[in-house]
Amino acid sequence: MDFNLTEERGMLRDTLGRFLRDKYDHGLRRRLEASGQAYCPDVFEGLAELGVLGALFSEEHGGFGGSGFDLAVVFEELGRAGTLEPILPAVLAGGLIAEAGRTDLVEEIIAGTTVATLAHGEAGARYDQSHVTTSAKVDGDQIVLSGTKSHVLNGAQARLLVVSARESGAVMDEAGISLFLVPSDAIGVTITDHVNLDSTSAATVVLDSVRLDASVRIGSAGEGFELLEASIARGVTALCVEALGAMEAAKTLTLEYLKERRQFGVPIGSFQALQHRMADVLIEIEQARSAVINLAGNLHRPRLERERHVSAAKNMIGRVATLVVEECIQLHGGIAMTEEYALSHFARRLTMIDHLYGDVDHHLERFITLSAA
Amino acid sequence: MDLHYTEEEQAFRTKVREWLAENLPHALSEKIRLGKRLTKADYELWHRLLNERGWLAQNWPREYGGAEWNAVQRQIFEEESCLANAPHIVPFGPTMLGPVLLAFGSEEQKRHYLPRILNGEDWWCQGYSEPGAGSDLAAIKTTAMRDGDHYVVNGQKTWTTLGQHADWIFCLVRTDPGAKKQEGISFLLIDMKTPGITVRPITLIDGDAEVNEVFFDDVRVPVANRVGEENKGWTYAKYLLTHERTNITGVGFSTATLKALKSTAAQVQSGGRPLSQNPLFAARMAQVEIDLMAMTTTNLRVVSAASKGRAPGAESSMLKVKGSRIRQELTSLMRRAFGPDAMPFQNDYLEGGDNLDALGPENAASAAPTYFNMRKLSIFGGTNEVQRTIITKTMLGL
Ligand SMILES: Cc1cc2nc3c(=O)[nH]c(=O)nc-3n(C[C@H](O)[C@H](O)[C@H](O)COP(=O)(O)OP(=O)(O)OC[C@H]3O[C@@H](n4cnc5c(N)ncnc54)[C@H](O)[C@@H]3O)c2cc1C
Repeated sequence: MDFNLTEERGMLRDTLGRFLRDKYDHGLRRRLEASGQAYCPDVFEGLAELGVLGALFSEEHGGFGGSGFDLAVVFEELGRAGTLEPILPAVLAGGLIAEAGRTDLVEEIIAGTTVATLAHGEAGARYDQSHVTTSAKVDGDQIVLSGTKSHVLNGAQARLLVVSARESGAVMDEAGISLFLVPSDAIGVTITDHVNLDSTSAATVVLDSVRLDASVRIGSAGEGFELLEASIARGVTALCVEALGAMEAAKTLTLEYLKERRQFGVPIGSFQALQHRMADVLIEIEQARSAVINLAGNLHRPRLERERHVSAAKNMIGRVATLVVEECIQLHGGIAMTEEYALSHFARRLTMIDHLYGDVDHHLERFITLSAA
Repeated sequence: MDLHYTEEEQAFRTKVREWLAENLPHALSEKIRLGKRLTKADYELWHRLLNERGWLAQNWPREYGGAEWNAVQRQIFEEESCLANAPHIVPFGPTMLGPVLLAFGSEEQKRHYLPRILNGEDWWCQGYSEPGAGSDLAAIKTTAMRDGDHYVVNGQKTWTTLGQHADWIFCLVRTDPGAKKQEGISFLLIDMKTPGITVRPITLIDGDAEVNEVFFDDVRVPVANRVGEENKGWTYAKYLLTHERTNITGVGFSTATLKALKSTAAQVQSGGRPLSQNPLFAARMAQVEIDLMAMTTTNLRVVSAASKGRAPGAESSMLKVKGSRIRQELTSLMRRAFGPDAMPFQNDYLEGGDNLDALGPENAASAAPTYFNMRKLSIFGGTNEVQRTIITKTMLGL
């Protein structure tokens, strides 16, 4: 067993951490929001230059990382800083684009010149990954896509969409789903964006008889689900690590405040009623860290093992995040309720992460099913 | 032991229910149902309708225009109005200041201020907390120094709920800086239009600006605006806090939220069936329902003891801790129920524009903001930690 980072990963973590501490704070997030910008282009460019996007891809695909631990190094720092830049969409869509053999596009993603995202969610799907009603009809050597995709992360900023659509089967069938690479400016694509409670940007994507060359299909017809699931597994890994970083940030803010804030003539951190709860926060975050390490280290394993860890980690993160959010707010008192105070961002982000790709209950149920398989 | 409401109490419930059905404006109940935010005019309308029926000031004596309801009747009213999606009563005038004036105000103050609370002329807000005085409320620093028949007030209040709408603020101020913490405090009524007062809104985590900072810079307040004796304000302040706490229990709110949650869970599809049939979610709902059933009875036990004349003391702390947790858990489940649809931040929609369509299910937009907003329940009115300390000291004798 070796729980230390390799030298390269350690270096990436350090430079990335320094860069973000330098560039990112709650003030920047608030300025972006006030100006209606989804993220800061300068920071995004800087992240690309540091190799953050390259670390998400294997050498074979033009990157220099791509393993679970590479994701972990990157996303813990992003989570700690609370960034809004579209790195997660690169994980969700990037691997699938690489799978399609489009190394030219992967190169652009790594350079930060193209944003690509996954357009998979649909109204009424909740967390069911195989719930796909968007249709794909073959017409000669063309394909026609029709349907509506919701909650598409950074959909309005993306130049490329990886769209899931059904070629055969019923709404919830895994078989029959295919993935398509769709330029966001294709005729018939309408993208309407909105901001989420955690300040991330998402969009509804309407596909109105979008006609494309059939070569935009990724993999074989109707067999996209397996690819999709593996890609979402990587996305969930990124999310879990991001949450871990955000929890550390929330913990740090709370700890500082407990030492600083005085009531009854003493720092509130001197009250044992609060000390013990902070100790529990620490214990639970360490548990979450271990669950995330388990996931990162098993991401390359066969499906069943991988997915059990996906669900274990996402369930653990969901539970611990709720505890951390609720306790950190409570231990702060009123100040934590304000939008102006940085904790509010981490609280919202951590809570919303539970609403992405399956919440605590969804993954508990899934873990039970996978374990029985 | 009789767990049933008496015949009179049941008749009272029917009377309230019927009145609500006839008088609660649909536009208001729709806003509540969808979790939209109420405007000042919305609250004023609701207060006016209640006052016309004589139900605005529920625990004041009839002599002063109150309903003179006992605690059980108030509980019944709260339940019924929550189930009907009625707005809550803005407590600062009718529920907080009113009882303080009735108990400690001069006859002149009662005759002047109480009718104005009832007819909506004065909107009150609560100026207790300061940046340095939260749980340690007696540490307030805002001073009121005598200058002839005026006090000159300097300092800052914060977290002032709905202060942006207020005409008047009741404040704890320090009138004797030399005295021990609790002993130099007075209870002052201050006209918000007095020169030297600045109100700055604070946006909360859910995007709503429901609280404010209020700054006082050489604000001149007539000595006649002091309630009770000089330097005895702490006694009046604590009297008010007990009323505030029982208010936060929110059994009516929880009953109504549970009902809304069940209907949401029956509508949301998850894994090819309604979410209400998902065993994990069903278990969560059942768990909180069991808690609420017991809480309703705990509340009635405390409340009926109070209606026999015994004032709820430390029991109000117990109700506050448990009641707030149940409310918070219910709003947490509401947020979870909607899954990804709870993510979009639809501030404009929540601000009320009838012309705006919600993204996703119409009642999903408020789910996550309400969850965050309700974190306040365990913080204000004395934090839950402070309540536990009260319980430890007075009920456990530790
Ligand atoms: C939404 C909202 C609306 C409000 N509206 C009003 C209003 O209208 N008018 C008004 O006057 N005030 C209002 N308040 C203020 C509220 O009463 C205070 O926030 C509350 O008293 C707590 O004070 P604080 O926020 O300064 O927290 P602090 O007192 O600083 O507490 C921080 C933490 O320390 C804990 N703590 C403090 N002392 C002890 C102790 N001795 N033992 C153990 N733990 C302790 C607390 O429980 C808390 O967890 C409002 C607050 C909020 C959030």
